[in-house]
Amino acid sequence: MKRFLYELTESWKIAAAQMRSNLTRSTLTALGVIIGIVAVTLMGTAIGGIQVGFDKSMAVFGDDVLYVGQWPWRKVDDWWNYRDRRKLKTEYAEPLNRMIQKTANSNLSIAIPTSSVFRSVKFEDSEVNNVLIRGTVSDYIITSTFDFKEGRFFNELESRGGANVCVIGYDVADALFPSETPIGKAVQINGQPFRVVGVISRQGSFLGLFSLDSIVVMPLPAFQKYFTAKSEAEILVKVKDKSKMAEAKDELVGLMRRVRGLPPEKKDDFSINEQQALKSTLDPIKNTIAMAGLFITGLSLFVGAIGIMNITFVSVKERTKEIGTRKALGARRRTILLQFLIESTALCMLGGLIGLLFAYGMCFLIGVAAPSFPIKFSLGLVITSMVVSIMTGLFSGFAPAWSASRLDPVTALRYE
Amino acid sequence: METRNSIRPPGPIVIDIENITKDYVMGEEIVRALRGVSLKIHRNEYLAIMGPSGSGKSTLMNMLGCLDTPTSGRYEFNGKNVADMDDDELAAIRNREIGFVFQTFNLLPRSTSLRNVELPLIYAGIDPATREERATQTLVEVGLGDRIHHKPNELSGGQRQRVAIARALVNKPSIILADEPTGNLDSKTGEEIMALLEDLYQRGNTIILVTHERDIAVHARRTVHLRDGLIESDEATMPQFEPAMVDYGH
Repeated sequence: MKRFLYELTESWKIAAAQMRSNLTRSTLTALGVIIGIVAVTLMGTAIGGIQVGFDKSMAVFGDDVLYVGQWPWRKVDDWWNYRDRRKLKTEYAEPLNRMIQKTANSNLSIAIPTSSVFRSVKFEDSEVNNVLIRGTVSDYIITSTFDFKEGRFFNELESRGGANVCVIGYDVADALFPSETPIGKAVQINGQPFRVVGVISRQGSFLGLFSLDSIVVMPLPAFQKYFTAKSEAEILVKVKDKSKMAEAKDELVGLMRRVRGLPPEKKDDFSINEQQALKSTLDPIKNTIAMAGLFITGLSLFVGAIGIMNITFVSVKERTKEIGTRKALGARRRTILLQFLIESTALCMLGGLIGLLFAYGMCFLIGVAAPSFPIKFSLGLVITSMVVSIMTGLFSGFAPAWSASRLDPVTALRYE
Repeated sequence: METRNSIRPPGPIVIDIENITKDYVMGEEIVRALRGVSLKIHRNEYLAIMGPSGSGKSTLMNMLGCLDTPTSGRYEFNGKNVADMDDDELAAIRNREIGFVFQTFNLLPRSTSLRNVELPLIYAGIDPATREERATQTLVEVGLGDRIHHKPNELSGGQRQRVAIARALVNKPSIILADEPTGNLDSKTGEEIMALLEDLYQRGNTIILVTHERDIAVHARRTVHLRDGLIESDEATMPQFEPAMVDYGH
């Protein structure tokens, strides 16, 4: 054991001396690993960034809310079966809530009706197109994850009375009121004025596809007065215990069938959606992208590893006589194997370390130049990169080190 | 110069080989490098192995040095059967029992004298402090006390061979195996190295010298001549030797 330790220290010293005396060669070879590690690490940070963005986007839906709608949140191959379903009505919320109240130990807590359309929103000479206009009740706030930048959500009185009030998203506020507070101002939608009572703080975008901040929320009666055409209803149902999502979903299916008056032999003509289901639809796509990215960047690391392997073979060849001498002096196979393995590993570790520094610097620069670009540098990534470097060193050094350890001492000593 | 030509009394048998053969396959031909060699070498002997190239001299040296194993025959080193040892066992024997001195010195070019001499001690698992102490002491013994931290390229040929001899000695081996130790040195330096070997012999070391030069071989007390893979002659070599000078006092 002690002997092994001495051999180990000796091997590290030899590796260091070897790198110093073949500086150009070592640097060039390490460059392959540096590039490989930079590529893999940057890809890792990008994947990390995508993950963070993904989780953030998912969080918007809340993990304890079921969404009853006409369409499921997934790709459907038989869209015609869904197209002809009966429209969903906001009025379902009322009987649903009644039944929830009457059910002992219900897993559901409250049903919130919503109805949405896309319209333009105007204030004086400014206009924003394609804003999601949503009518709902004051309890909507329970199911939502957003905070307010200014003001408040509309209250129950406004909600029931159908007052012409609204809450606007960050982007809408930003576009229409660049230099003043929107609170108390009236925005025009479909020619109707709606007084702004609150501004939702920035939500970002959903997977970078569409903005979650381009939204106006108003009381349902007011919505129904002006925006019935082409509106789409969705009922949000909050679940009491999110560990019992499946039971809650079953219960909601039963309630919805009663509301819809569906006889037992008929299939559901509505869809119950949830964050988890959406996640499991999107996760494989995200993972495939991650795997493909890592594989492609991994190839560059592989090329670096081949460089290390090559240079270790050269090193073994050059030092055949030295290997013979060492064997004559009592070095065992293991000693020689260890020596060359450590040489290749040291080179890879050095390359990995430099690569990591580069990657960190690049992440920092990207973070400064493009703050919205999804990138995330983590300690786990550092550890992974170092482990990958060491594994690369062991992998690429093994074949040459093995051949060195098997050299016949007589032949090796005679080698010129 | 009284001790210079004295013979030290032979000790117990260190090397005992009997009817050793070694065949090499060269392409489709089998080369019989050794055809049945028997030899006993005692502790405190100073033996020269001579022979023209192709005589099997190098092959015999490789056998004696445990760098290679014979095709057939018996080889006992200090009573241990070496002929069927595996690589690692042979490495251990080479490390502890044999000190190699090469014609080309075979020093590690980027290491100091001290680190070169320490090498066999590292493989023997000696701790760093003892290692440095013993290596330094051995370097002093071969007259290089002031060259401990020099690298080979800062040393003369003779000094390099002294480092190599110190490296051979440092683990206190049973035999020192010197393969043409003066082959790469001028004759004056060569004589200095031979004087050092003589000195080591007088201090109780067992030396086996492999050479093709008669001038070098005469330093040994016994000469074995090889020809075509067989021992041609095995006799005392003491041209200047007179029986009266033999010192049996020890």
